[in-house]
Amino acid sequence: MTTTEGTQLPFPSLRSGVELVPRVDPDAPTQTGKEFTSDQEVRWCPGCGDYAVLKAVQGFLPDLGLRRENIVFVSGIGCSSRFPYYLDTYGMHSIHGRAPAIATGIATAREDLSVWVVTGDGDALSIGGNHLIHALRRNVNMTILLFNNRIYGLTKGQYSPTSEPGKVTKSTPMGSVDHPFNPVSLALGAEASFVARTIDSDRKHLIHVLSAAAAHRGTSFVEIYQNCPIFNDGAFDAIKDNDTKADAIIPLVHGETIRFGAHGGKGLVRDRATGGVKVVATADVSADDLLVHDAHSPDPSTAFAISRLTDSGYLNQSPIGIFRQVERATYDDQARAQLHTASDAAPAEPQARLSALINGGDTWTVV
Amino acid sequence: MSKRVQQLDRVIIRFAGDSGDGMQLTGDRFTQESAAFGNDLVTLPNFPAEIRAPQGTLPGVSSFQVHFADHDILTAGDAPDVLVAMNPAALRANLGDLHKGATIIVDTHDFTSRNLTKAGYQDSPLDNDSLTEFAVHPLDLTGMTVAAVKEFGLSRKDAARAKNMFALGLLSWMYGRPTETTVTFLSQRFAKVPDIRDANITAFKMGWNFGETTETFVVQYEVKPATMAPGTYRNITGNLALSYGLIAAGVRSGLPIFLGSYPITPASDILHELSKHKSFGVTTFQAEDEISGIGAALGAAFAGHLGVTTTSGPGLALKSETIGLAVMTELPLLVIDVQRGGPSTGLPTKTEQADLLQAMFGRNGEAPVPIVAPQSPGDCFTAAIEAARIAITYRTPVLLLSDGYLANGSEPWRIPDVADLADIDPGFATHRNQTVTVKGEDRSEFWPYLREESTLARPWAIPGTAGLEHRIGGLEKGDGHGNISYDPANHDFMVRTRQAKVDRIAESIPPLQVDDPTGSPGQSGAKVLVLGWGSTYGPIGAACRRVRKAGYDVAQVHLRHLNPFPQDLGEILQRYDKILVPEMNLGQLSMLVRARYLVDAIGYNHVRGLPLKAAELAQAIGELVSQAEGIEVDLGVHGLAAAHSLSASAHSKEATE
Repeated sequence: MTTTEGTQLPFPSLRSGVELVPRVDPDAPTQTGKEFTSDQEVRWCPGCGDYAVLKAVQGFLPDLGLRRENIVFVSGIGCSSRFPYYLDTYGMHSIHGRAPAIATGIATAREDLSVWVVTGDGDALSIGGNHLIHALRRNVNMTILLFNNRIYGLTKGQYSPTSEPGKVTKSTPMGSVDHPFNPVSLALGAEASFVARTIDSDRKHLIHVLSAAAAHRGTSFVEIYQNCPIFNDGAFDAIKDNDTKADAIIPLVHGETIRFGAHGGKGLVRDRATGGVKVVATADVSADDLLVHDAHSPDPSTAFAISRLTDSGYLNQSPIGIFRQVERATYDDQARAQLHTASDAAPAEPQARLSALINGGDTWTVV
Repeated sequence: MSKRVQQLDRVIIRFAGDSGDGMQLTGDRFTQESAAFGNDLVTLPNFPAEIRAPQGTLPGVSSFQVHFADHDILTAGDAPDVLVAMNPAALRANLGDLHKGATIIVDTHDFTSRNLTKAGYQDSPLDNDSLTEFAVHPLDLTGMTVAAVKEFGLSRKDAARAKNMFALGLLSWMYGRPTETTVTFLSQRFAKVPDIRDANITAFKMGWNFGETTETFVVQYEVKPATMAPGTYRNITGNLALSYGLIAAGVRSGLPIFLGSYPITPASDILHELSKHKSFGVTTFQAEDEISGIGAALGAAFAGHLGVTTTSGPGLALKSETIGLAVMTELPLLVIDVQRGGPSTGLPTKTEQADLLQAMFGRNGEAPVPIVAPQSPGDCFTAAIEAARIAITYRTPVLLLSDGYLANGSEPWRIPDVADLADIDPGFATHRNQTVTVKGEDRSEFWPYLREESTLARPWAIPGTAGLEHRIGGLEKGDGHGNISYDPANHDFMVRTRQAKVDRIAESIPPLQVDDPTGSPGQSGAKVLVLGWGSTYGPIGAACRRVRKAGYDVAQVHLRHLNPFPQDLGEILQRYDKILVPEMNLGQLSMLVRARYLVDAIGYNHVRGLPLKAAELAQAIGELVSQAEGIEVDLGVHGLAAAHSLSASAHSKEATE
């Protein structure tokens, strides 16, 4: 059931997230996106950002080189959670908020599966918040794709836990008074070992992040900004518009100096007053003071500080990329290792051991 | 000094003390000694939900009742013959349960004015005439223990802690119990602390010697071994038997077990036990909450494991939505509810049977779930295997309803031969099961909702199986192909099919065994049938014996399967004029039976957090026999009268169980 061959992916970690998943025969014809496409009609609204993500995933999965039957997609409830129906892999469209719990069972039970969770901002951060943070802390080997459109779509337009304060929706006619979550800050706070953010419309970046997420062993958390053209159209215009995106996107690339704005005119420096980081004009500081992104730092503090540069109101500025990618033992690997240790210490045949078990303790015989 | 030996056929002893006094251990040791001696026995532990309630108070009292006999018995007994009370609160909390003439052994050491006040006594009951109806033996057990273990140089507190072993030694002498098992147990338990080990063993032996030499006790009692069916026995609690049953189901099905669970009283011991047995391929996942526990178990089931979740009533409420998903996705899943007093947090450490209707109906939509229930602690083993058989064979979640009494209570269990346990075939799907014609060409497909004819079970195709990739979920499925369907006729068909699948399980259930000594089917002399389920088996059986001993006719039938009901239940109910349904709830099985069979099932209902009392139930059966047969019924010593009359002996003269 297992393979030892490593995956050839852009961000190889010490042990790949798909290392134990059977791979397709190298002599077989190359897999295509079509093979990963189910026969079900896709039923999202015209213009929905989910289409772009689906296309990207269908196009990217063959690159992993994994056997299709060893891939499982699990989702909760919401627009994005229809995702598994459209992929010809194993899949479960489950209950609102519970996908990480169900995926934890699948991933812990079977080391030979590549497990993916598709969820939304309401599904993962509101009703399923508890399962999300515990999956991240346990570091179960799976990839969580959080489609964040900052609105409830399937229930027709109520504010979500990522909607900006003051947002006027059907359930908040005078404006929302809820403070929103920053999903990346939340994931970092839960000590996730892989945290990234990408954008539905940037296929290249999306696939780059998905590749790194799949290669990572542990829970990979990927927030995908996704436009809802019906109930929250334009929420991400600032980071998508060619005129504004240079100033809006703070690109994070491991090992590179963080620069953004027209001609790289802006950068980040440490803020001694707050212990965080702040945006400066690169012309105003020495090049040595500019922050170099270190996604592999064991201490998540800087990654967290960078995540705080995300606007909580209308999104005019947001860091995009892999915030954090560190090695940490996974729950499922360790749980299976305990099973193997116990089994190795008990070589007898199970029937005999069961008999010994139930005959243990103080017994007496009546003849 | 030679002592008189008096023969008894059965004795009920209750050890009672503060939560920290080690009463559960004391009772358990006495139980093991009695089991090793060959008595039949039934136990009833009873302890507060608080780990250490304020010392010396009534809420802090913990007790352990053991009923042992020279014949087969069914309950832990209604009223103790002997109460061992380690402090004033233990005396006061338990006095009301004793019958007149009962023996009380009191540790006088804690009868200080402070402790008496804590227990609500104005003055010491040992100094006034409030206990004249009982045979009271006031003894300074703590003082004697401290003196006995002086040589080991323990602190006074540590020395006094061995008083429970002194009490155990004394009671072991009184009833001629073998002592080797306890000495061996103490040697192992305290192997790393030799002075504590030696102090406990010494206290235990000194307690025995005290009984033998003191003039306080002039009689030693003897309860001969019971005649039991040949076999090897062990004493077992329900939670342990249930854990072993799950492991056995895993071994016999060849499926690895995945337990997703969140700690909750009184189910946690199953999580603890299964976590010790990883060598059997058992994964235990302590989840962040009840929902995650069942969610992970369902995920593991999708992945091809035997998914199990364990909980109690409040947890079952939280799991409802996922059980619904398991109904819809038609995956095998075991949901074990160790019922406790409710509603809400209720009585966490006390027993009740009030989750039956929750198990039956507690989901949105038409979501039928098979329900099985064990009837005694040892029977939890068999019930767990039966639940697994149904879940795997029919691809369905199954609810197993144990309860707090079964979970913590114990009885001698005849250990089965592993080879005799039924095999369970997971029958994973391996091939595509449907041919469709597309543009004139035949194409093979996998249809996840194409059913097996005899069971209506759908294929269980697990990830990793090439060519069977498919998607399932909570949305309604089209018949056969399993794609999402909003078609009205399809929904109606699928709702009925899911119900029909559960109903069809009845075809695999053996006929009920009706205990009716008066006649064969169709020509019964008995006009009253007592119908029960779950842990009331013991009290119902004991009550029926009492009624029969008094010369009256009554029949009994007990249900293992609550959904679907066995096929012959309706016909059996028709044979009797009156149906009595005793339950530890306000009439949940009787509601189901009335609705299903249109019979006038009469409820007998108590929700006191304790097992039903056999004498009271016998009285109720007697009244019904009187109505049904138009005769006067007087149960005499077999009914309630005995429990309330002053007995000449220290031991009960009421009806033999």
